[in-house]
Amino acid sequence: MADLRSNFIGIKSSNPFWLASAPPTDKEYNVVRAFKAGWGGVVWKTLGEDGPPIVNVNGPRYGAIHGADRRLLGLNNIELITDRPLEVNLQEIKRVKRDWPDRAMIVSIMVPCTEQSWKAILPRVEETGCDGIELNFGCPHGMSERGMGSAVGQVPEYIEMVARWCKQYTRMPVIVKLTPNITDIRYPARAAKKGGADAVSLINTISSIVSVDLDNFAPMPTIDGKGSHGGYCGPAVKPIALNMTAEIARDAETRGLPISAIGGITTWRDAAEFIAMSAGTVQVCTAAMTYGFRIVEEMKTGLSRWMDEKGYSTIEDFRGLAVPNVTDWQYLNLNYVTKARIDQDLCIKCGRCYAACEDTSHQAIMQEKDGKRHFEVMDDECVACNLCVEVCPVDSCITMVRQTEGVDPRTNKKIDPAYANWTTHPNNPMAKIAAE
Amino acid sequence: MAEKKPDIAGKRLSVAEYQVNFADLHPPLDHHEALVESDRCYFCHDAPCMQACPTSIDIPMFIRQIQTGHAKSAAKTIFDQNIFGGMCARVCPTETLCEEVCVREIAEGKPVKIGLLQRYATDEAMAEGVHPYVRAAATGKKVAVVGAGPAGLACAHRLAVHGHDVTVFEAREKAGGLNEYGIAAYKSVDDFAQKEVDFILAIGGIRIEHGKRLGETLSLADLQKNYDAVFLGIGLQGVNALGAKDEDADGISDAVDYIAELRQAKDVSALPVGRRVVVIGGGMTAVDAAVQSKLLGAEDVTILYRRGPAQMKASGFEQQLAQIKGVKIKHWVAPRQVLAEDGKAIGLRCEYMREASGTLTGTGETFDIAADMIFKAIGQTYVDVLGGQLALEAGRIKVDSLKRTSVSGIWAGGDCVAGGKDLTVASVDDGRRAAENIHQFLKSL
Repeated sequence: MADLRSNFIGIKSSNPFWLASAPPTDKEYNVVRAFKAGWGGVVWKTLGEDGPPIVNVNGPRYGAIHGADRRLLGLNNIELITDRPLEVNLQEIKRVKRDWPDRAMIVSIMVPCTEQSWKAILPRVEETGCDGIELNFGCPHGMSERGMGSAVGQVPEYIEMVARWCKQYTRMPVIVKLTPNITDIRYPARAAKKGGADAVSLINTISSIVSVDLDNFAPMPTIDGKGSHGGYCGPAVKPIALNMTAEIARDAETRGLPISAIGGITTWRDAAEFIAMSAGTVQVCTAAMTYGFRIVEEMKTGLSRWMDEKGYSTIEDFRGLAVPNVTDWQYLNLNYVTKARIDQDLCIKCGRCYAACEDTSHQAIMQEKDGKRHFEVMDDECVACNLCVEVCPVDSCITMVRQTEGVDPRTNKKIDPAYANWTTHPNNPMAKIAAE
Repeated sequence: MAEKKPDIAGKRLSVAEYQVNFADLHPPLDHHEALVESDRCYFCHDAPCMQACPTSIDIPMFIRQIQTGHAKSAAKTIFDQNIFGGMCARVCPTETLCEEVCVREIAEGKPVKIGLLQRYATDEAMAEGVHPYVRAAATGKKVAVVGAGPAGLACAHRLAVHGHDVTVFEAREKAGGLNEYGIAAYKSVDDFAQKEVDFILAIGGIRIEHGKRLGETLSLADLQKNYDAVFLGIGLQGVNALGAKDEDADGISDAVDYIAELRQAKDVSALPVGRRVVVIGGGMTAVDAAVQSKLLGAEDVTILYRRGPAQMKASGFEQQLAQIKGVKIKHWVAPRQVLAEDGKAIGLRCEYMREASGTLTGTGETFDIAADMIFKAIGQTYVDVLGGQLALEAGRIKVDSLKRTSVSGIWAGGDCVAGGKDLTVASVDDGRRAAENIHQFLKSL
């Protein structure tokens, strides 16, 4: 039985599944229920500085993209940081941590970008006995208009500066939560590292408008006829989060910087993929907000069973294994030739592969043979783009088969078993080595 | 054999039971169900379902229109090919047409519920109460349509859309043909057939004259003289004979007549039904008559069919429906003699049949089955009321692919023409095709 325990920058938790800083972690009641359900840790919903509590809208805070049967694919929110008094939150955090010592308790913080503000709040948070802090430099809505959240996360110098203050004024491990609303995620990650942060977590939500109400022409969710962009999360953002995680994991300057991954993690498989991409823990929000806390049970058993099947006894056994395989396009093997193959026994003859290939790709699929409806790939036209594989409704009906010898019937070129990439390709005017 | 008099009576069940029994066979999809079901459609290229549809409805397109929230656009896609899309959604044997070839039927044995989706779309559009077509400018051309069934009204509607004036001559009191008189009640609840007729007539330019029967109160020569074109959608008026001894005894009737009586009954509970009912035949009509007899409260209902399940014209679904409703289907038996007492049928003597090298033969072995009511559902025939004015083929009116008869200016379609499939949807297709050709013909005048 795989050991799911995690030790992330010295923060121990019974499993790598943490609830991200968000509505599910806003108060003792929820967090205790989450721990009872089996979550390994929580990042408490972001605390702001002491004073009059935050005010939220009194209309709808969420909008969503749905798939078939109203499966929630993407969630958008305009909720601000905690709107409960600081002291209430601190007391609850202290109590929950005391009662649940084997679970990770991280406190998310967002205060104005001044040294005094951070210096004031850090001791009070530390006093709770929590395991670490997460600096919310990510929220793209509301607080960013007040110079916080993503307004800080979009300026690497600020990230470095605040991270440094935090390391200076507290002994607690510091995680910097990054916003994806930036051109190149490596810059804020590098800044966090330079500022002394122990880890980064990403991604926070993506600036978004999920839909427009076509009756009153306002973004949804609509507050009295107006809408404001929100932060997008849920399954739809996972690919973006996975890429940003990979970018930081393989960047020369940030390689090895611990990452707590966030972004559309819904199943054990999503979690395994992020861990393979070097994440030490994974944070979940939308999946819990959609299905409730019980999903962690599936995540734990699923990850554990998969690890058993693969022979991994701890998270560390497979963590980061995918990172070396993420490369730049220019290093992909151009001598690797594959062709799509349609399994005629599995084919249900819907013709989607044909429509996709004929209308939008390379006209490499026939739709008729011997006067009958029949879909088959023509190797002399197939560029192996994989579109037919992706549009086919039948799992494993179309596969890509590697051609290892002979001649590629499309290019009439002999298959070269050697590796060769664009950097040495004769068509590349910037080729580093002249092709022989 | 039975000694007492035939037991035929109404009011065998409670009011509540009748309500349940004659409720919608397939309850309609609600909005959410329609969205979920429509999402199952793969939007196939050159879709098999569309090819299997006798009216060639662009099924993937209408399903996608439902999926994207435009049920009324979906309905328009359907009506463009089939103005009786509402009824066809209810009565089409989809299990042998579109849904049989749905790739999901092939993949997982669960086709997209095309019929129910079509019903959803057409119900939505018809509930709006706005006719989806606008007539072209009046052409001044007049067309006579004989028969206000699916073929005739589909033809009339398309002609009206093109701006022609149409007079429909109908023998019966109500329009709709077999939609009104011939379909099982649980497939067309809430007077849908008449609602659909009203919907179709809302195009304008169509006038129906009732009580006009070709060969009696209507002559083809007059129609040819007074109209620019004539379309015949007169259906099948004859019924095959049983060929059994004493088949004219009381208590034996045509299933189509009983179904019509049931459809027209204001109160089905008052309709007398036998305690023991025997239906002879293997098609949809046999199943409709048998199932409805059961639903009316008959205790034992048996379908007698001379061949096996595979040869039955009723689809597998219909056969199952009969069995689920408690109808017994006896295969490989043929009626030989009606057993009667005092001129009243009390049962049937049947012979077991077998097929040997493609020929159906009796085995010589017989059995008797008691019955209070016996229905014949062994097929309808075309009665040539025109006395040979139009060429026939296989006993029905001969038409070409454009639905032209052997006489210029006369078109025909539906069950009365050769090659007819005895399906509402096929009749609608005939009517629409004929109308398009008539339109071309009228333009050339």
